Amino acid sequence: MKQSFRHLLAALVLLMPMLAHAEEGGPVLDKAPINIQDTESLQRGAQIFTNYCLSCHSANAMRYNRLMDIGLSEKDIKDNLMFASDKVGDTMHVAMDAKDAKLWLGSNPPDLSLEARARGADWIYTYLRSFYRDDSRPTGWNNLVFDKVAMPHVLFAWQGDQVLQVGKDADGKETRQLVLVKSGSMTSIDGNKANTAEFDQHMADLTNYLVFMGEPAHVNRLQIGYAVLLFLIVLLLPLAYLLKKEYWRDIH
Amino acid sequence: MSKGQKLLNWVDARFPLSSSLKAHITEYYAPKNFNFWYFFGSLALLVLVMQIVTGIFLTMNYIPDASLIPGTKLSVAFASVEYIMRDVNGGWIIRYMHSTGASMFFVVVYLHMFRGLIYGSYKQPRELVWIFGMLIFLCLMAEAFLGYLLPWGQMSYWGAQVIVNLFSSIPLIGPDLSTFIRGDFVISGATLNRFFALHVIAVPLALLALVVAHILALHEVGSNNPDGVEIKANKDPLTHIPLDGIPFHPYYTVKDVLGTVVFLIVFSGIVFFTPEMGGYFLEANNFFPADPFKTPPHIAPVWYFTPYYAILRAVPSFAGTQVWGVLAMGAAVVLFAFLPWLDRSPIKSIRYRGPKFKIMLALFVLAFVGLGILGVMPPTAARTLVSRILAVVYFAFFLGMPIYTKNDVGSVPVPDRVTESNGQRKLVFAVLWLALIAAASLFAKVI
Repeated sequence: MKQSFRHLLAALVLLMPMLAHAEEGGPVLDKAPINIQDTESLQRGAQIFTNYCLSCHSANAMRYNRLMDIGLSEKDIKDNLMFASDKVGDTMHVAMDAKDAKLWLGSNPPDLSLEARARGADWIYTYLRSFYRDDSRPTGWNNLVFDKVAMPHVLFAWQGDQVLQVGKDADGKETRQLVLVKSGSMTSIDGNKANTAEFDQHMADLTNYLVFMGEPAHVNRLQIGYAVLLFLIVLLLPLAYLLKKEYWRDIH
Repeated sequence: MSKGQKLLNWVDARFPLSSSLKAHITEYYAPKNFNFWYFFGSLALLVLVMQIVTGIFLTMNYIPDASLIPGTKLSVAFASVEYIMRDVNGGWIIRYMHSTGASMFFVVVYLHMFRGLIYGSYKQPRELVWIFGMLIFLCLMAEAFLGYLLPWGQMSYWGAQVIVNLFSSIPLIGPDLSTFIRGDFVISGATLNRFFALHVIAVPLALLALVVAHILALHEVGSNNPDGVEIKANKDPLTHIPLDGIPFHPYYTVKDVLGTVVFLIVFSGIVFFTPEMGGYFLEANNFFPADPFKTPPHIAPVWYFTPYYAILRAVPSFAGTQVWGVLAMGAAVVLFAFLPWLDRSPIKSIRYRGPKFKIMLALFVLAFVGLGILGVMPPTAARTLVSRILAVVYFAFFLGMPIYTKNDVGSVPVPDRVTESNGQRKLVFAVLWLALIAAASLFAKVI
């Protein structure tokens, strides 16, 4: 048994190198400081999402009443978070017409239900914090993570203005860096140093919420998972092992 | 006579119940020396049943409709998968079991096939067992490919586009054939509907029939074993029971229960803790809804197809057509079916084979894993070169087999009776596997 288990593990570990290799290219992403079990952070994120994102981006796979999973009551949701709908069982529609969106923004804002699963939390966290002033763009904004993105910097009043500094490192390779030149309501500049902690925290909350929205069953999944593994390892595995041993005693 | 016995007699007079149970379970004599590698047949059956059961429940809520829900940017099909994930009770467990099951099916089947390679299970008299197995493998690939379109995400859409387009490289009939497969000039709602029909009815029916044929053929000739010794050659003169055989039930049923529990621990670990398996079981890009106007920069098939995909990309176009890559990819799959006739050695098990086969098999495993890693990555000049070398090794294993298996005899002769397990041999196997893992991770980093 021990031997078989070891072999099975070895076989599975064999698959790991396929899983290990990293995505290539693209800018370096910051690690998103999120915790899917932190309901306060998720609630703050939901507030930002419904107030600022949901005007243009839909989340049509997500129902408002699913926010009860992160500790909100139906009344909380109805009173504070529902601007585009009046039924708490509705999905998160967007009021803006698709044709208008195309005309105003040049592109139809994507549905964000599964954005975090498709792009990853780190991408979203970095993207939200990587807008910079670019006069060559129709909106006046560009993004280091998503070049020539049609979306303007909706939260610039919070973050302030960043500009892109293109330089060279010691090896002569091009470096691209964002520098905060004008502070917003959640940032401050002290000499050469920018303090962005408050803004970063808000974007982490929003990212956390998007991750939750991508898979609302996530926390439940882990909880059930521990119970299932406990049952299999503590109860079923010893039983199956002893049963096999008992029957095979007379072989060999 | 008890009432139960009476009922059984009544049934047995009309249906071969007791005799079938005897022939296939309680008095089917299997060699007593099955090792680790012999778990994967029963595990494949387990996964098949799991896929069918979870599939039935998914079908109750999945809607194969590519049209957009009015006022949203989501298709009905894509949204119905999310409906299962969010609104159906336990839906996410069933869906993750099905998506994890698809990948684990290939893990288990690849290991099952590897067992056949090392112990010569395809050799006379088990050629038909092997051929049915290869047909199951083909059905499995078709089933996986068809099912992958159903969530109607970006990778579903563009993966299907790439694979169906392969058919259009066939001279003369190609373009018409690919239109016939799609039912449209591009992948569309018509394609989704027919792929759904094929995925839930046609291919599973064929798969089940083939599994029955596979097991019937196996039970007709009897199981091979790690020593490659025919246990039917040594029967008890009185009972006519093979001396090295033990009844499948209860011995292998209880042993397979143990294997099943270990498998379920691994399986649940994936389903509950890493259902995407780092983007290899569920690709991140497939969480974007399908968009016919936006081609993803890098289209990679799911991991189990990557060795063949790497071979497809490795073959250059020649004489104005790219059909050669498609042919090579097809050959890479189909060649397995010819193993019983390519292998000229009278020795079945790797334990008693000579060094030539062992080296070629090791090279084949390296080529298979290497191509699998290369198939996930975007191509570069160096990677294409390495793919070509590995593809040559892959084919050399099959095409060179009639030569290198001739007169390739090991130092230990094949015994008359099955032998006990051997710690030293296990150690060598473990070391080789660890070396393969180390080599594969190094290769993935360097390449």
